[in-house]
Amino acid sequence: MNWENPSQFFAMGGHGLYIWASYGVLLLFILVEIFAVKKHRKDITRRLKRLMQARAKMVEKE
Amino acid sequence: MFSVINLMVRRDILLAMRRPQDVMTSLFFFIIVVSLFPLGVSPEMEILRTIGPGVIWVAALLATMLSLGRLFSADHQDGTLEQMILSPQPLALMVLSKCVAHWLLTGIPLVILTPLLGLLLGLAGDEIQTLTLTLLLGTPVLILIGSIGAALTLGVRGGGVLLSLLILPLFVPVLIFGTGAVSSMNAGMGVEAHFSLLGAFLVLSLLLTPWASAAALKISME
Amino acid sequence: MAAEQSEKKPTSWLRFSSPRNFYPLAGKMIPWFMGLAIVLVLAGLYMTFFVVPPDYQQGNSYRIMYIHVPAAWMSMLIYLLMAFYAGLYFVLNVKLADMMAGSLAITGAIFTFIALWTGAMWGKPTWGTWWVWDARLTSELLLLFLYLGYISLRAAIDDPNRAAKASGLLALVGVVNVPIIYFSVKWWNTLHQGASITTNKTSMATEMFITLMIMVFAFWMYTIAVVLMRVRNEIIERERDTNWLVEELGKEK
Repeated sequence: MNWENPSQFFAMGGHGLYIWASYGVLLLFILVEIFAVKKHRKDITRRLKRLMQARAKMVEKE
Repeated sequence: MFSVINLMVRRDILLAMRRPQDVMTSLFFFIIVVSLFPLGVSPEMEILRTIGPGVIWVAALLATMLSLGRLFSADHQDGTLEQMILSPQPLALMVLSKCVAHWLLTGIPLVILTPLLGLLLGLAGDEIQTLTLTLLLGTPVLILIGSIGAALTLGVRGGGVLLSLLILPLFVPVLIFGTGAVSSMNAGMGVEAHFSLLGAFLVLSLLLTPWASAAALKISME
Repeated sequence: MAAEQSEKKPTSWLRFSSPRNFYPLAGKMIPWFMGLAIVLVLAGLYMTFFVVPPDYQQGNSYRIMYIHVPAAWMSMLIYLLMAFYAGLYFVLNVKLADMMAGSLAITGAIFTFIALWTGAMWGKPTWGTWWVWDARLTSELLLLFLYLGYISLRAAIDDPNRAAKASGLLALVGVVNVPIIYFSVKWWNTLHQGASITTNKTSMATEMFITLMIMVFAFWMYTIAVVLMRVRNEIIERERDTNWLVEELGKEK
């Protein structure tokens, strides 16, 4: 174990700011990337569904 | 083969002569960008002499890049480009001739103006000589590499800015060895290595880029 | 019906180059890769912060290396992989190869940015400045520009076929130029004798090496998972008029 208590862990021997900024930005980018891909999927499947419902209605009318 | 090149180059030069303002604009741009540096950085001759070769090279690079949008656009608009693709002559050869004509029209004037701008930035005689020679070797490489980007962005929205984004990173090696020649000479290390590398870039791009540009043109015209 | 069954027989790996076969396969693979990525990241983080001791010269700031190095490696490998898929697209004329190339580009650009960012964060406490024009950082910056050009070109062209071919050609031109750019930047750096990063070349301790490798694998697993997710989105967009996709989406709900 490198650390005796949590505050020591967060301070990282004075380099805490740099380390947490590095890991934090990486985490942020990964979360944003996953969120964006999932949202994209949701959007296109929803659009596709609407399209199919519209098509089904047209068939019914005929 | 040479008759095709000869014919195409003459045609492009004739067309450009009818609209000389196109050629002049990029030339004026070159001069204005260089003269902004003493105003923006410092009128101190020592400083200007240090940054001079780099400033002139970057300005020449930007002027070339701005002119590249015109490389295919006129022929694209009036339908000549389609005829070229359909003609039995290899498209790469025609792309090469267009690049040669473009270099004669925009590259050579830049090279001719360089000594004058070198004097404005306080460069010494031998520095100006080396710098002019590197531009003579480097500008055709810029145009050849740029022709790929020009062909890829043909008719694409926001093509001009996109073109610069695509090709500026590819210009970096030419820029490095172009400006490196002058600093290497001042450091007493000779310029042979830089000139041979620039020459190698020129030969390589003469051999390879017309094919890539021709393929890009076919993709853009489908 | 008969035709469908014969299609399902595993003939060769090329079978999965059709979006129809690849879509469900990718769907099955994503949770595994994502799960592996999470397990490896957690293990790697534990090793990074609780097992490996601080560096005797750099203190704790060198713990940034465990994400900086994998990100930099990935940024370069993904570019090569992207160009490989672009080449595959031209050789086999398989749409899926282009979708892979396009999906890799965004993750590659993100890792390039992460490599630059973490490099700056490591540089400040180590050499007292956020940025140094050294050969590696400069080429990484140019790599980011190459990625951005590729992504912008794809985004600017509406016709998917033209976008595929144009961006594929650009990727191939880029990959030919990457070594030239790298060596000229290196030459430029030695000529100007600017600052160069000298990482201490002492042999890396085993536990440090293991930690680094765990992180590298975690980054790989994450990349595969997220790229497959993006490829599946691309398939939905491009195959939206086919019946199999509608069935497939119906099964998932």
